[in-house]
Amino acid sequence: MEDEQSFSDICGGRLALQRRYYSPSCREFCISCPRLSLRSLTAVTCTVWLAAYGLFTLCENSIILSAAIFITLLGLLGYLHFVKIDQETLLIIDSLGIQMTSSYASGKESTTFIEMGKVKDVIINEGIYMQKVIYYLCILLKDPVEPHGISQVVPVFQSAKPRLDCLIEVYRSCQEVLAHQKATSASP
Amino acid sequence: MVLKAFFPTCCASADSGLLVGRWVPEQTSAVVLAVVHFPFIPIQVKELLARVQQASQVGVAVLGTWCHRRQDAEESLGHFLEGLGAIFSHEPWLQLCRERGSKFWSCKATRRQAPTCPGAPGEDQVMLVFYDQRKVLLSQLHPPVALPDHQAGDAVAGAGGLAAVFDTVARSEELFRSDRFDEGPVRLSHWQSEGVEASILAELAKRASGPICLLLGGLLSLVSAASACRVFQLWPLSFIWSKLSTCEQLRHRLEQLTFVFSTQKAENPTQLMRKANVLVSVFLDVALGLALLSWLHGKDRIGHLAEALVPVADHVAEELQHLLQWLMGAPAGLKMNRALDQVLGRFFLYHLHLWISYIHLMSPFIERILWHVGLSACLGLTVALSILSDIIALLTFHIYCFYVYGARLYCLKICGLSSLWRLFRGKKWNVLRQRVDSCSYDLDQLFIGTLLFTILLFLLPTTALYYLVFTLLRLLVVAVQGLIHVLVDLVNSLPLYSLGLRLCRPYRLAAGVKFRVLEHEADRPLRLLMQINPLPFSHVTRTYRLPSRGRHPTHSWGSLCRKLFFGELIYPWRQKGDKRD
Repeated sequence: MEDEQSFSDICGGRLALQRRYYSPSCREFCISCPRLSLRSLTAVTCTVWLAAYGLFTLCENSIILSAAIFITLLGLLGYLHFVKIDQETLLIIDSLGIQMTSSYASGKESTTFIEMGKVKDVIINEGIYMQKVIYYLCILLKDPVEPHGISQVVPVFQSAKPRLDCLIEVYRSCQEVLAHQKATSASP
Repeated sequence: MVLKAFFPTCCASADSGLLVGRWVPEQTSAVVLAVVHFPFIPIQVKELLARVQQASQVGVAVLGTWCHRRQDAEESLGHFLEGLGAIFSHEPWLQLCRERGSKFWSCKATRRQAPTCPGAPGEDQVMLVFYDQRKVLLSQLHPPVALPDHQAGDAVAGAGGLAAVFDTVARSEELFRSDRFDEGPVRLSHWQSEGVEASILAELAKRASGPICLLLGGLLSLVSAASACRVFQLWPLSFIWSKLSTCEQLRHRLEQLTFVFSTQKAENPTQLMRKANVLVSVFLDVALGLALLSWLHGKDRIGHLAEALVPVADHVAEELQHLLQWLMGAPAGLKMNRALDQVLGRFFLYHLHLWISYIHLMSPFIERILWHVGLSACLGLTVALSILSDIIALLTFHIYCFYVYGARLYCLKICGLSSLWRLFRGKKWNVLRQRVDSCSYDLDQLFIGTLLFTILLFLLPTTALYYLVFTLLRLLVVAVQGLIHVLVDLVNSLPLYSLGLRLCRPYRLAAGVKFRVLEHEADRPLRLLMQINPLPFSHVTRTYRLPSRGRHPTHSWGSLCRKLFFGELIYPWRQKGDKRD
């Protein structure tokens, strides 16, 4: 079952949340961030080239121009491959674990999988980010030594940063799956 | 609870038969390792499983049936398969079925025993997880999860659920040893059933490694015995050996090679990787060294280098002379104390003159020495770089001497000043109590003390300037040597084999797993594909980094500045445990 809704992130940009319900024990949430805008790309390229041209008129060395082109290309490729995240996905499978995937604009995907045995709970937490106080969804991991302690807090959707309404939707679904898992694991 | 069935992708197109694998009760997951095809005799299947269990310490059992309906209306096969549940009893009994031409499977897991909790169904829901058997067999999880040793059966704790799957597949190599060309009683289907994988080169290397290791190990022990003999422990030689970085590098390489060619087998995969990394690093080093050697000896570059060396040393000495003349005059407009200035300046100039004469004395032999030293580049690029660093140290020895003289003078001056400053204020350093106490001095003590204090204070700028100039020069030389050492450390400690493995066979070094949900239909069991998530390059470097020579500077920036201010000598390459004066 697939479902798509539109939300906004903390800066006001548009986000799209796609939900897929494969079964009562397996759900997937996919948040797509806004794409790289042509306007900002043109602005950055023009600034860099104008600066290079200014230096060229001072130094009369044409290597500066080719270096500027090289730097712009490399910078764009590096930005697309290492910085710009297009989509963030959260896959929660009852009895296996929780998987978080970030897909970059160049197609690279980086995945983290946390086993269900290590997950204590999924919560919405408040935190200070720059000059704002924002809500973010995070996964609490169990401490192997202390049974009621928390060893790590893993934030989810770090680059998309959706607002509270989107987080509530995801939170409710995750809690349903976790409750289902606790109920079935309680009965032998 | 949802039952997870880990199914190998190679068996997805196999004929109908029995599922053989391991049941992990803590995670309610069944790891299917192979499929036994018809016809078979149950006794022989049980014998094979007992043999595998004894050899691999993995609790292999018949988990259920696998039905691949190639033709329509094979109902009789279905009933026959159900009857097998009576012969091989397993709790729960898994029944996987695949229709011809359909992507979706039907799975059933039945428990024969009555459930203890009322209301729980007799049938469990099944989730299928496909895995690539070959990749899971060959991969290594990082960080390695230490599963506790178990004597027999599966008494493994549920710590690290997926690590248990990896462990099961890795240990069951005995099961995968037969392929379909073997004339065994039981016909299995697994990742090697199309033909056992082997490589001629690998087998030859394994056979040859024994004698080669013995031979090279013997040679290396001879070399290390020769280097440890008593002659080299005598004072002048041992002092020189400890100062030269070339000897350090050679010793380090000798240790590494002894480790690689030792006749002990590697106990765990980490040691094996370490050996492979050392071997590849040594090969690369020697290859680069030989390239450097061929470049140096072609077109008589050594001769040019030797010819250029003496003029360069002369030039450096001339520049130093100009610097000293400048200091003896009015440097940067500052007014120095004329007498002290002249004394220090003449002293250093004479020292420099001695040095230049020494260089000129050595100049006929330089080319011969360089030629022989250049030959040592065949031992490796790191050795050549260490020799370069040592040559720089030897050629700038006069700068080091000047630095030591300047630092000692300055240090004495500072000590005297601080002590006389305390006298000036009427205080004293109490050695017993390690603190400053007040003290009543006599008049003549105060008089002489204040006089000396004034003299030292007004002579301070001159000494401080000489100290500053020579310290800067010394720091420059140390920086150049440091750069060379960083390069040598890089070649020494980079794990090239692991990085190459991560590039070419990323599934061998696994940071974890990732799942992908395959096409799903309602009312059908959920199908997932489990893939290996490779370790990032930074983690590979961090985990498999070879130990470097241990020449890290032990000072922090703060303590370095403090030492420079008080005129204490800095030895950048000294380690904490070294005993030096």
